[in-house]
Amino acid sequence: MSELAADEALPEPPRDIVPAALPIVLALVMLPLSGSASSWVTLTVASLAMGMMIFIMASGLTLVFGLMDVLNFGHGAFIAVGAYVATLAFGPLAAWMQSDSLLDNLAALLPAGLLAMAVSGALGAVFERVLILPVYGQHLKQILITMGGLIVAEQSLYALWGPQQIPLPLPGALRGSFILGDIAIAKYRVLAMVVGLVVFVGTLLVLNRTKVGLLIRAGVENREMVEALGYRVRRLFLGVFMVGSALAGLGGVMWGLYREQIHASMGGDLMILIFIVVIIGGLGSVTGCFIGAILVAMVANYGGFLLPKLALVSNILLMVAILMWRPRGLYPVTNR
Amino acid sequence: MSDLLTLAGVHTHIGRYHILQGVDLTAREGRTTMLLGRNGAGKTTTLRTIMGLWPASSGTITLAGTRIEALATPDIATRGIGYVPETMAVFSDLTVKENLILAARTGPLDDAQLAWIFQFFPALKKFWLSSAGTLSGGQKQMLSIARAIVEPRKLLLIDEPTKGLAPAIVGALIDCLAEIKRRGATILLVEQNFRVAEAIGDDVAVMDNGRIMYTGDMPTLAANTALQEHFLGLSLEAHQ
Ligand SMILES: Nc1ncnc2c1ncn2[C@@H]1O[C@H](COP(=O)(O)OP(=O)(O)OP(=O)(O)O)[C@@H](O)[C@H]1O
Ligand SMILES: [Mg+2]
Repeated sequence: MSELAADEALPEPPRDIVPAALPIVLALVMLPLSGSASSWVTLTVASLAMGMMIFIMASGLTLVFGLMDVLNFGHGAFIAVGAYVATLAFGPLAAWMQSDSLLDNLAALLPAGLLAMAVSGALGAVFERVLILPVYGQHLKQILITMGGLIVAEQSLYALWGPQQIPLPLPGALRGSFILGDIAIAKYRVLAMVVGLVVFVGTLLVLNRTKVGLLIRAGVENREMVEALGYRVRRLFLGVFMVGSALAGLGGVMWGLYREQIHASMGGDLMILIFIVVIIGGLGSVTGCFIGAILVAMVANYGGFLLPKLALVSNILLMVAILMWRPRGLYPVTNR
Repeated sequence: MSDLLTLAGVHTHIGRYHILQGVDLTAREGRTTMLLGRNGAGKTTTLRTIMGLWPASSGTITLAGTRIEALATPDIATRGIGYVPETMAVFSDLTVKENLILAARTGPLDDAQLAWIFQFFPALKKFWLSSAGTLSGGQKQMLSIARAIVEPRKLLLIDEPTKGLAPAIVGALIDCLAEIKRRGATILLVEQNFRVAEAIGDDVAVMDNGRIMYTGDMPTLAANTALQEHFLGLSLEAHQ
């Protein structure tokens, strides 16, 4: 049985850090191109903040696809619904929102964010049971029915709130910037980065340190085998779907505050960007999604600064370039 | 000796292909039943149908007296089946340890059981915290088998464990399957390598074109080269 002992040392696989280094390289390349240190910091912080928000919105979608092969074009509905629901909480909490005390602001933001997550998550559960369950394994029908779901959600928001954009001003203490010499860093962007990092680290901890997380990762790689070990992947999937929807709702609130306005079609508008992120990252990979989101945001911000005319196509170009380099995304997990 | 698993008149369609065309098969308790047959005979499809990974379109599958053909895969598995698929299907992104944690469905890993497994799969101990994707083919096969035996199971379904393995490793695998057998496991083992089949099989079923063409006991088939050639033909020589 000595053959099985495999005396030869197993080479530790080199950690694949090239994708993770891409944003850093991009930022360094941008350094001489951005004219001044202060504009470089502004652009980079803007990219990181925007990337984190997109990551929050996209992270659920990548797991949903990875785990069950479900193409959910309706994911944007949870973004918009989350943002709208938050306004319900901001109404009665208006005094705290306008206060200049950060504590007061957080006392309003926290319940609003939680409410948005709860409603988006619950909507996600309904969405999964009613729209997606009947069309498992049928991609064309998934696309049609989830797009239909998105349209119904958007139209419902129009019907309830009216067609106009709704202003969503930043709370008092989060307006303005931290000033360091001639460098200005918008306060809200710092908050967005912190929340994004918390979500990213939290997701990684769950995926790597808990049995549910192991099941999700195993299921993304080989759903059949997880079922053959005796686990109900569909139930797991419902849970992932709900958490992903809740995060999309949270991302919607954050995006709304970032833009200081919300609109019923905001979710649908963001979907192209989110799909690009998920595809760039590698379907099913949370780390890939995180890096993809930052890359997309960097290309948008740096590109918009250097070559404003290319702004519309820059993310498509990024996606093409990455897929030519790695056809299955930065960190491929699934074999699909 | 009672029948632990019985397939009666099982048909399976994959898409519009009619693959299993009335399979009748039993696996007797405490014995190792070899499922033999040429490439494409339907052996893998039979195991997948038992696991509910392909739905049987007609016929019955009975495990320990309970009909399971209409159950979903997780419910079939939790009735006490350990499955080692042809593709091994180790979770390459997870470590060896994590693969086994998931396989131990009912609770934490049992140290005594692990020690037993490490006895004949020492590589798994050595690479305990390495990701399964970095293992060699043979080591992956060990892990896949270890997953199926990390907790006691009524029935083990093992699909071509020696496929693609070096002859020396095949010998070691025979030893470990024999050891699992000695512990009283009931095994349904798909194998193209007659040397392996001969070494550990008690009963034999030979498949062709989606049907069972011959059943009997291993010593009879092993002793009768004419029978072997008739039912197994060239495929055996190709694997010698
Ligand atoms: N997914 C599938 N779609 C269509 N046909 C399939 C599929 N899987 C298997 N088949 C067909 O079913 C038949 C039986 O295949 P199966 O894999 O069960 O054979 P096998 O006896 O396990 O062969 P092998 O020794 O090569 O593993 C083959 O003709 C194969 O082409
Ligand atoms: Mg096969």
